[in-house]
Amino acid sequence: MSKLREKTPGFIFMALALSSISALALITVFIIVNGAPIIAKVGFIDFVFGMTWAPSEGEFGIFPMILGSVLVTLGAAIIGVPVGICCSIFLAEFAPVPLRGIFRPAIQLLAGIPSVVYGFWGLLFIVPLIRDRLGGPGLSILAGAIILAIMILPTIISISEVSLIALPRHYKEGSLALGLTHWQTIRSVMMPAAKSGIVAAVILGIGRAIGETMAVIMVLGNAVAVPESILDPVRTLTTNIGIEMGYASGEHQQALFATGIVLFVIIMILNLLAQYITTRRPR
Amino acid sequence: MRIIVAGSTSVQPYAEILAEAYCDMYPEIAVDIQGGGSSAGGTAAQTGTADIGMSSRALNQQEEGLYVIEIAKDGLAIIVNPANPINNLTLEQVSAIYSQRIDNWSSLGGNNAKIHVIAREDGSGTRSAFVDLVMHNSKISPRAIVQDSNGAVRQLVADDPNAIGFISLGLVDIGERPVKALSLDGVAATHDNVVNGSYNLTRPFIFVTKSEPRGITLDFINYVLSDEGRRILLAEGLVVD
Amino acid sequence: MSDETRTDASDKPRTDASDKPRTDASDKPRMRVNPRITERIAKAIIWSAALLVMVVLLAIIIYILIKGLPVIDWQFLTENPHNMGRDGGVFSTIIGTLMVVAVAIIIAVPFGIGTAFYLAEYTREGLFTRIVRFSAESLAGIPSIVYGLFGFLFFVIYLDLGWSVLSGGLTLAVMILPTIIRTSEEAIITVPRSYREVSFSLGGTKWQTTLKAVFPSALRGVANGIILSIGRCIAETAAVVLTAGSTLRMPTSLFSPTRTMAVHFYILAREGISMENAYGTAALLIILIFIINVVVNALIDRFVAKNR
Repeated sequence: MSKLREKTPGFIFMALALSSISALALITVFIIVNGAPIIAKVGFIDFVFGMTWAPSEGEFGIFPMILGSVLVTLGAAIIGVPVGICCSIFLAEFAPVPLRGIFRPAIQLLAGIPSVVYGFWGLLFIVPLIRDRLGGPGLSILAGAIILAIMILPTIISISEVSLIALPRHYKEGSLALGLTHWQTIRSVMMPAAKSGIVAAVILGIGRAIGETMAVIMVLGNAVAVPESILDPVRTLTTNIGIEMGYASGEHQQALFATGIVLFVIIMILNLLAQYITTRRPR
Repeated sequence: MRIIVAGSTSVQPYAEILAEAYCDMYPEIAVDIQGGGSSAGGTAAQTGTADIGMSSRALNQQEEGLYVIEIAKDGLAIIVNPANPINNLTLEQVSAIYSQRIDNWSSLGGNNAKIHVIAREDGSGTRSAFVDLVMHNSKISPRAIVQDSNGAVRQLVADDPNAIGFISLGLVDIGERPVKALSLDGVAATHDNVVNGSYNLTRPFIFVTKSEPRGITLDFINYVLSDEGRRILLAEGLVVD
Repeated sequence: MSDETRTDASDKPRTDASDKPRTDASDKPRMRVNPRITERIAKAIIWSAALLVMVVLLAIIIYILIKGLPVIDWQFLTENPHNMGRDGGVFSTIIGTLMVVAVAIIIAVPFGIGTAFYLAEYTREGLFTRIVRFSAESLAGIPSIVYGLFGFLFFVIYLDLGWSVLSGGLTLAVMILPTIIRTSEEAIITVPRSYREVSFSLGGTKWQTTLKAVFPSALRGVANGIILSIGRCIAETAAVVLTAGSTLRMPTSLFSPTRTMAVHFYILAREGISMENAYGTAALLIILIFIINVVVNALIDRFVAKNR
C-alpha cells in the first residue's frame, strides 16, 4: 500500500510528461497532412530551392525566405547573445544590490512587452534611422535583426542568470581563495559550470528569434528576393505564413503549411544540434 | 441570439460599425465580428463556424457554392508621400514602377531617388484588384516591399518620401500623418469620381453565407443593405449603389 | 547533476561533477595579459552591455508611456470600445486578456511542472525522457503563428469550441508548456543535493522530499518561468487572433469569442484606426505586465520566506 502511494506521484508526473509528446505529435501530423501534398506536387527540390514565389501564378519556391530566416536570426544572435550573456553575468556577479532590484524586474518587463509593440517601435525608430543614415527603404535585415536581438534578450538573460546564481557558493569562494581574480573565476569556473543553462538560454533565444512573426512582419519589408545587402528587405519563413495565411486558400494555403514543414525541419535540426551539445558535456 | 461574422480584415472595420449600430436597435442580438482574412471567412462560412464570411475579393474555385451578397465597392488609391512633387501618373507608368521597369523618380519628373515600391501580399483582395486593374501584362517585382494591411502601407508611405503604395480610398485621409493620392490619367482619386465611374480602380466588399440566409442572419444582412446601413458605409468612405 | 538523488543511481557511473567544477587547465598558462587589466576590460564590457540594455528598455517603455498614459483615464479602463475602437475604452479587451491568460496558465502549469519533476526527479535518462525533452524543445521552437493555425483547426474546428476564450487559452497553454518545463526543470536540477539528502535522512519519502524540500527551493526558478509565460501569453498576437477571435464584445463565458489587448493594439495601430487609443492600449499592457511581475515576485518572496 505505502509502496503504491510512493509510486503514484511518479506515474502522475509521467502522465503529465506525455502532454508535450502528444502536443508535438498532433501539431506535426496536422502540418504534414496539410503541407505535404503541395511539396509532392511541386517537387521537393523545386519547392525548397525555387527562387520564385508567386502562389497566384502557381509558383512555389521558398529559397529566398529560407535565406531570409537564416540571415535575420544570425544577425539577431550576433547582437543579442553576447549582450544577453554579459547582462546575466552583470546581474549575477557585478550589479550592486539596489541596481539588481531594478534591473531584474525590468528584464521581466521586457519579456512581457508584446512583440507587436516591439515591431511598432522598430517601425517608428529603427526603420527611419536606417533609412536616413544608411540608405535604402529602412525595412531591412538589419532592422529585423536589431528588433529580434532586443526581443530575445529576456530569454537569454533570465535563464543564464538562474543557472549562474544557482551555482554552489564554494565554487566561487574556492576559486577566489586560490588567488584568481573575479573575472577569471567567472570565466574559468562559473561559466563552465553553468554551461548547460547558458546553452539552453541561447537555444531558447534563437528559437524565439526564428519563431517570431508579428514584430518582424512590421520591420523586414517582406520582399521575396535574395537580398544584396543587410539594408535590403527580406521575407522569413514565419512572415511568409503570417502575411499570407489570412487570404490564402487551396494550393496557396497548402504551400504555407509546407513552409511550416520546412521551418519545422530547420528547428528540428537545431534541436538535435542543441541536444548533442548539451548531452556531450561531461556530467 | 448570436450572429458570427468572420473574414477579411479590410471589411472587418466596416462590419464592426454596422454591427454596433444594429445591436443598438436589437440589444437581444449579439453580432460578433472576427478577422482572419478573406479565405478564413470563406472557410468559416463553409464549415458553419461563422454565419457570415467577409471577403474583399471575388470568390475563387474552392469557395464556389457559397451565397454571395455584395455590400459595397471600395476604391483603390495609388498613394505617395506629400513631399513627392509628382501628382499624376498614367496607369502604364504605375505598372512600370511596380514591375521595376522604372526604378527612379527622376524618370517620371521627380527627385533623383530610388523608388521604394510597396505592395500587398499575394492573395490579398486589394492586391488582386490592383493586379487585375493595373498590371495587365506585367508582374509586380519580387523586390517590392510587401505589407499585410492598408494601414501599414499607408504608414510607410507617410514616412518615406520615396515610397509608393496602394490602399483603400476610404483610408487615404484617416491617420496621423498625411499621404497623397495620385490622379490616374488625369482623373483625381475621389469618392465622387468613383461614384460617377470616371475613376475605375475599384473592388467589391462581399458577405458570403453557406446557403441562402435565414432568420436573424437575413435580418442583419437586410439591415446592412438598407438605407441606414448604406448611409453608414457611405459615411465611412465606401461606395454603395 | 541530479543523478545522486535517484534511488537507483548505481545504474549509472557516479561522477564528481557537482563537487569539483571543471576548470580549464589550459587557461592559466595562456593568460599572459595582466589579469587586473583583463578584469577591468571585462568589467567595462559587462557594465556597458547592461547599460545598453537599460537604455533600450527605457527608450521603448518611456516612449510608449509618454504617448499612452495621457490617454488612460477611468473612462478608458471601464468603457467598452465603440466605432471599431476609435472611441470608447478597452474594458472588454482587458477582461478578454485576463480570461485567456488564466486558462492558459491553469492548464499549462500543472502539466509543465509535472513534466519537469518527472524529468528531474522521477526517472533516469532513457529513451522516454529523451523523447519528452525533444518534444518540449521542439515545441519551444514552433512559431506562434503555427500554434495559431493548429489551434484554429484543432480547438476551433475539430473540437468545435469555436473562436473562444477556451480555444485561445488552450492554444497558448500548448505554446508556453515548453517554457515552463524548461525553466522548472533547470530550477529543480540546481537545488543543492544536500537538501534532498537531509530530507531522506530524516525519513522523508520521495514524494515528501519533492514537496517539502525540492519544490520550495526551486520555486524562485519555477516562478521565473511562469512569469515569462504570462508575459508571453499577454504579448501574443498571432496565435490568439486565429483562435480567440477579435470581436470587441465583452466575453460572457469560456465559450465567448474575445479580443485581447495585444490584438486590439495590433489592429488599431496596423490599420491606422486610432493611434491615440493604440498607444493607450500599449501603455496599459506595459503597466499590466509590470503589476503582474510585482505581485508574483512578492508572493513568491513571502512563500519562500515562510518555507525556509
